Parts: sequence; structure tokens; C-alpha cells
Amino acid sequence: MKVLVTVKRAIDSNVKARVKTDQTGVDLANVKMAMNPFDEIAVEEAVRLKEKGVATEIVAVSVGPAQAGETLRTALAMGADRAILIQTTEDLEPLAVAKVLKAVIGEESPGLVIMGKQAIDGDNNATGQMLATLLDWPQATFASALEVSDKKAKVTREVDGGLQTLEIDLPGIVTADLRLNEPRYASLPNIMKAKKKELVITELASLGVDTAPRLKVLKVTEPPKRAGGVKVETAADLVSKLKTEAGVL
Amino acid sequence: MAVLVIADHDNAHLRDTTEKTVTAALKLSSDVDVLVAGQGAKAVADAAAKITGVRKVLLAESAELGEGLAESMEALVVPLMSGYDAVLTPATSQGKNFSPRIAAKLDVAQISEIVDVVDANTFIRPIYAGNALETVQSSDAKKVITVRPTVFKAAADGGSAKVETIPAPAKPAKTHFIDQKLVKSERPELSGAKIVVSGGRAMGSAEEFTRVIDPLADKLGAAIGASRAAVDAGYAPNDYQVGQTGKVVAPELYIAIGISGAIQHLAGMKDSKVIVAINKDADAPIFQVADYGLVADYKTAVPELMAALAAAGK
Repeated sequence: MKVLVTVKRAIDSNVKARVKTDQTGVDLANVKMAMNPFDEIAVEEAVRLKEKGVATEIVAVSVGPAQAGETLRTALAMGADRAILIQTTEDLEPLAVAKVLKAVIGEESPGLVIMGKQAIDGDNNATGQMLATLLDWPQATFASALEVSDKKAKVTREVDGGLQTLEIDLPGIVTADLRLNEPRYASLPNIMKAKKKELVITELASLGVDTAPRLKVLKVTEPPKRAGGVKVETAADLVSKLKTEAGVL
Repeated sequence: MAVLVIADHDNAHLRDTTEKTVTAALKLSSDVDVLVAGQGAKAVADAAAKITGVRKVLLAESAELGEGLAESMEALVVPLMSGYDAVLTPATSQGKNFSPRIAAKLDVAQISEIVDVVDANTFIRPIYAGNALETVQSSDAKKVITVRPTVFKAAADGGSAKVETIPAPAKPAKTHFIDQKLVKSERPELSGAKIVVSGGRAMGSAEEFTRVIDPLADKLGAAIGASRAAVDAGYAPNDYQVGQTGKVVAPELYIAIGISGAIQHLAGMKDSKVIVAINKDADAPIFQVADYGLVADYKTAVPELMAALAAAGK
């Protein structure tokens, strides 16, 4: 079975985003970028499926700027077989990304698509669900366990207050939650090997997909800062302050 | 314009995330209907009918709606949208699962996890783990919106809307429900609790987490949360996780014990009214957002806190 995984180049999860002073967005100049952490989990899951003999080929896809090629190289170093970059300098909304991925999937015909549940920049948590809808494929989001047999995937999903298990007919879309696996670090030999793997770059415009933005960003601002608090000396002080000063007990 | 709010419930009880989403919807329009999709959920619909400002409650019931299958929710809601200009869903794991499907089917953007309504086309939403707030203006004719419930006040009871039963869609062909295991707890639900006690990696083991956090939570009638580090280490179950990708909470009182305060954790709790941090590392980032910080080892501080609470009549 061919498995397609999607990866996004995003701000490194250890970096705190700073808003530009002109309020036009988040300042990403000279900021460390990395593969979106949930996408790393998606790639890892695909690689494990290949190691189990379930997946025969892993295709990693990214929609983004030229530098997203580096992110795809990371996916290749983790174990993906080849990569496709749909290149654009535009910052696409989830609906547009879903439409682009639908076009790619039309060409590739994978049996399973594994994606991260959300990107840590836009925090939308929408692309996977939108892609499933556009393809009319079943979806299983927020996966914490995945078992793939011939034509079906059994997916344990994280829901509020517990776990839900679904079975979906394949082809289908699975989005990865944090606990699906722990992604591996690419080894040096694998990083070297990844440089020789196929990475095809296609210009977004050549796909003929409508990616016009539906939302206009009027401004990006810093959230209100919490006023600095006080240190208390003892637990008894704390309780008395919570009772009398804060009034929350 | 007319707005549809999709109720959050467990087929037996309406969750207050629904009332909070109604408050957001009333900022858009005075014509607000609530959709209750479930199974055996008549009591939920009756509760929704009592929310002040609600015009009408729609009730649709089937096994798949009761199981919350995203495909069924989409198939139910999309045809209804001919009568509405916007649909608002609480940004719970359930809402996040199906709402983008409605947007994709209608070929509109989803405006995710709004924290404020500027006008009928303009909304504010957090991005980058809440380190930035984005003001976006939608050009779509219909708006599909998820709402971060913790930032809106719950609409009060006092209404008496009519409940209208509508047909449920056909069973989805390619998605099959196997089972659901929900943790039964006497404690309040994490996302709606007035007090949350959270533990971090400092606990060192699942046994220690339970030994330290549970009695304090019981004493305060609090829900229990955890940092990602604690959940990753297996000290606490997944659904305890507070943060960017876990639960977002905004209780009256949030007590962080042995939590350093990574960006992702702060994203999930920094809107709490009062934050207390107990950590032996005086430089831990959690102290930058805490209203009251106690620099101490939790091993001594928590028993002392329990004693002080007992002395204060708690």
C-alpha cells in the first residue's frame, strides 16, 4: 500500500513566536524553523507501517516555499521514499492546502494519508478533515493508535474524556495526535541517503487549483500580558492571600 | 442574519460550552438556533431550549450522531445551512473533528477557535500557541466558526424556545464506530472546572502524581490537569493534558505544581483568573505568569498547603 504523508515547515516548537511591531504578522526572519511536530509523528507512523510490511512506498508532500524542501529532506531521512514539493511563497489557508493535496492525491492514488492533526503556527486543526471531505474519504482524526490491515484502518482516537475507536475503509485520512508514537531522529547515514532520494518540485500555479484566501488578516497583535505576580513565603500565606486578596477560595 | 450553534453534550447533559458559544453567537445576531445532534438526547434539547436568547432548538437523533461521527454531523448540518449565515461550534475535540468538514463542503474557510467577535465578518483568534492574536475578516458568504468557550460567559437560563425534531442523515458508509471508553470521574470536567490542580514532570511517577495531586484536587473540588511532560512520561492520562494541543482551560484558580511552564503549557492556561505556581526552581517560566508563586519543593509545600486549607475551613 502506498502511504502519503504531509509535512509543513513551521516555527520550531521551542521558539516563542514574536509579533512584528507593525502588526502585520509574526516575525519569522532568522527564526529557527522545523518540521511541524505533528507531521513528524505522521511520518514516523508511515515509516513504522513500512517496517511492518504494510506500507510499500511512502510519499512525503509539502506545500510551501523552497525551504520546505529541507523539511521534505528530513522526512526522507526518517524513511520516506520520495517527496513532492508544491512550491509557493503564498501562505495558504487550510481549505486551499486541502484542495492542493486533493490534486496531488489524484495523481498519486495512495491507500492511506497520514497527516499531523494541526500545525503549531496557524493552530487551525482543519486541513485533514477538509481533505477527507473534498475526497469523500473517511476520516479518523487525533489518532493515538493505528492498525492497518488490507483495506481497513482501525484507529484509536483521543476524544474529550477518553478514547474512541473507529474503523475506516481505505483509502482514508488519519490525523496524528501527540501520543501516536515518538518520532525517531534521522541517523547521519540516512541523512546522507536522503540527499539522493527523489524530490520533485511543482509550481503551485501549474496545478490550476483555486487557492485564493478567504480570510484577510487585518492585524496580528500580542496577547495581553499578565501582570507580574508576587512570591509568597509559605503555604499558609498562599491560602490567606487566595482567600482574602484573590477571593477564589 | 441567522446563526446556528451546535450543542456540546454527552447525550444526557448539555455542557456549558454550549451556553458560552451561544453568547458568542448572540454577538453576531439575535436570531440564534441551537442544534442538538445525538441519541436519546431529548433532555439535552430541553436544556438548550432554556438558554436565554435561543430562538429555536433543532433535535436530530441517530446512533451515529450519538457516537459523534464527523461524517454524520456534516451530512446533518450542511443542508441546514441554507437557512443560516453562520454556524458556531464549541472548539472541543468533537467540534474540531467535524466543523472543518462543514466548511469544506460549503467551500468556505473555517475560522478556528475565535476568542472575540469584532463584527459579523471580523473575528479574533489565537495563533502560535496563543503568542499572537490574529484579527481576520472573512469574505465568505457563510461563516463556519469554532469558538474557544473558556473566554465567553455562559448565556443564562430563562428562555423557553420550541424544540423541533428534524430527520437524521443516513449512516456513513465508510466509517464504522467500534467503541468508546470514557473515564468516569466524580470530579468536575477539566475544561469547565472552577478550580484546576495540575501536576508536572517533577512528580516523577504515576503513583506520586496520584498521591500528591488527587487529595489536593479532592479537597478543593477541583479538576486535575497535567503538563505535556507529565503525560508523556505516563504519570497522567492523555486527556489531562493542558496546553496548545491539549485542553485550554480558564478556571477561577489554576494551581500548577512542579510545572516549569513551557510555551505550549502556558498556551492552555494563561487565561485563568488566578494562577498559583509551586516549583522549587525560582527561575521556572511558570512564575512569570503566576499571580502567586511559592518557591518550594512540592513534597513539603503540598502537605503544608493541605494543612493550611484545612485550617482555613476547606
